[in-house]
Amino acid sequence: MSSMAISNQTIESFKKMFSEGKRFDGRSLTDSRELKIEYNVSNKAEGSARVKLGKTEVVAGIKLQVGAPYPDSPNKGNLMVSGDLLPIASPRVEMGPPQFTAIEIPRLVDRAIRESSMIHLDKLVITPGEKVWTVIIDIYPINDDGNLIDAATIAATAALHNAKLPALDENGKIDYHAPSTGKLPLREGIAPITVSFFKLGNSIIIDPTREEEEACDVRVSWGVSIWNGKHVINSCQKSGAEIFSASELEHMMKILPNKFNELSEKLKSYL
Amino acid sequence: MDSKQISSSEELNTNVESKKRKLVVPGEVIVSGDDYLPGEGARRDGKDVVAGRFGLAEELGRVVKVLAITGAFIPKRGNVVIGRVVDITFSGWLIDIDYAGSGFLPLDESPRFVSKSDMDQFLAIGDIVVAKIWAVKSKGIDLSLQGGKGLGKLEGGFVFRVPPARVPRVIGREGSMVAMIKEKTGCTVTVGQNGWVWLKGPTVDAEIKARKVIEFVADNVQLEGLTEKAEEMLG
Repeated sequence: MSSMAISNQTIESFKKMFSEGKRFDGRSLTDSRELKIEYNVSNKAEGSARVKLGKTEVVAGIKLQVGAPYPDSPNKGNLMVSGDLLPIASPRVEMGPPQFTAIEIPRLVDRAIRESSMIHLDKLVITPGEKVWTVIIDIYPINDDGNLIDAATIAATAALHNAKLPALDENGKIDYHAPSTGKLPLREGIAPITVSFFKLGNSIIIDPTREEEEACDVRVSWGVSIWNGKHVINSCQKSGAEIFSASELEHMMKILPNKFNELSEKLKSYL
Repeated sequence: MDSKQISSSEELNTNVESKKRKLVVPGEVIVSGDDYLPGEGARRDGKDVVAGRFGLAEELGRVVKVLAITGAFIPKRGNVVIGRVVDITFSGWLIDIDYAGSGFLPLDESPRFVSKSDMDQFLAIGDIVVAKIWAVKSKGIDLSLQGGKGLGKLEGGFVFRVPPARVPRVIGREGSMVAMIKEKTGCTVTVGQNGWVWLKGPTVDAEIKARKVIEFVADNVQLEGLTEKAEEMLG
C-alpha cells in the first residue's frame, strides 16, 4: 500500500532550501540536469531515441503507417502521439487504466510538436484525400525521476529527426525489405522543446527530481520553438491548485528563451 | 535518537573475526567442503555452500552467510522504523512504513493524552513519526511509541530513503558511521530499519552534505574502508 507520498516536514525543508536558492544535487534553481541522447534504440521503429535527463529516462519511437486522412484535413498526413506510464518507470504506478499523468504526457507532447509545425504534414500525402502517411509517436518512460514531460518532448523531437520514410511497393503497401527512400519531411531549424516551471512557496524551479516535483504545488509547461528567428510559445499547460502571479510569469519569460537555447544547443549536438 | 540502540540488534555486531567480504550472486559457490555450515542467505548444494541472495558473503568461523544488499524491508518485532501518517481512524493512526501492509499506531500509544476529536493536533496526515514495531500480524503491523528513546513525532528536517538492506552499513558498527556524520556535520540523524532516514541540520549546507554522504555510503556498501572514504567526503 506504499503510497510513497511526501511528508509535511520534507515539503517545509524544500521550501527553506529553495528560498536560499539551493538544491540537494548542487544545482541552482534554474539549472537542468545533464541531457544525453542515444539514437536507433529500436530496430523495428522507423526512428527512435533514448533521452536521459539525469536519472529520468524516456524512449520515443516513430512508426509510419499508410492510412486514410482525417475528413477535415484530406491533404495532410496524420500525427498521433501515444504513451503510458508503466510500472517499470516508477513504484508509484500500478498496472491498470492509465492515470491522469499518463494521459497528460502524450497530449502535451502532441501539442508541442503539432503546433510548432515541425513536421511537413502536407508533404506526407500519397494520394490526396485517400492515402496519407500516419506518423505515430510512442513514448515509453523507462525511469521516472521527475520532469517526464520535458524529457518526453526532447525524446519525441530527437526521434522524429532520426525517422526515415519506408519505401512503398507497387500496391501501395509498405515494403520493409526495400531500402528506405528518404527522411521524414521536417521543416528546417524547428525543434520544439518543452520547458516546465514548478513552484513551491515563492520559488520557481526547473527540471525537478521526483521528490522535488512531488513537493511542488503547481506546474506550467511551455512548448517552445523558433519561427522566423524568434522564440514562439506553441503550447502551454498549467496544472495544480496554486496560482502564478504576473511577476512570476514575467520572471519565467526571461528564463525561457535562454533555457530553450541551452537545451536546443545540446539537442543539436546530438542531431 | 540513540543510534547505538538501533544497531544493537544488528548482525554486523559480532565478536568473531571475519574474513574479507566477497560480493556474490545467487547460485555462486562461496566455499567448498563439509567443514562449512550455510547460514542466512546461503544454502548447501552437495559439497559446496552456494549463495541464495545477491549480497556480501561472509565467513564467521565455520558459518558462511550472505548479507543481502538488495530487497524489500521485512518488518520484525522490535525494529525502529520511520513512517508517514496516511490516515486517521477513530482509534489510532495509519502509518505508511514502506511495507506491503500498513502500520497501525493505536491512540493509547500516544505519550500524552490525546482527545479523539483532535487527533491531528498530535499527528496530522503527512507527518513523520518514529515508532517501534510491537507486533507483526497477518492483518497489519502494530506500532508503539513506548519503550525507547527518541520515539515519537519528528519536528522539522526531511526524510529520504536508502535501500532497507543497506541500513546496517549506514548505521555502521555500533553506530559508528551515523555518529561520525552527526559529529562532522552537526546534523541530527535517525535511521529507521525500513530505510527511511530523517535528517535535520543547523544549516541547509550541512543537511545537503550529510545526505550526500549517507547516499554515498548506501550506494557503495561493497567498498572496503567505507568509513574512511565517508570521512574524506565530510572533510
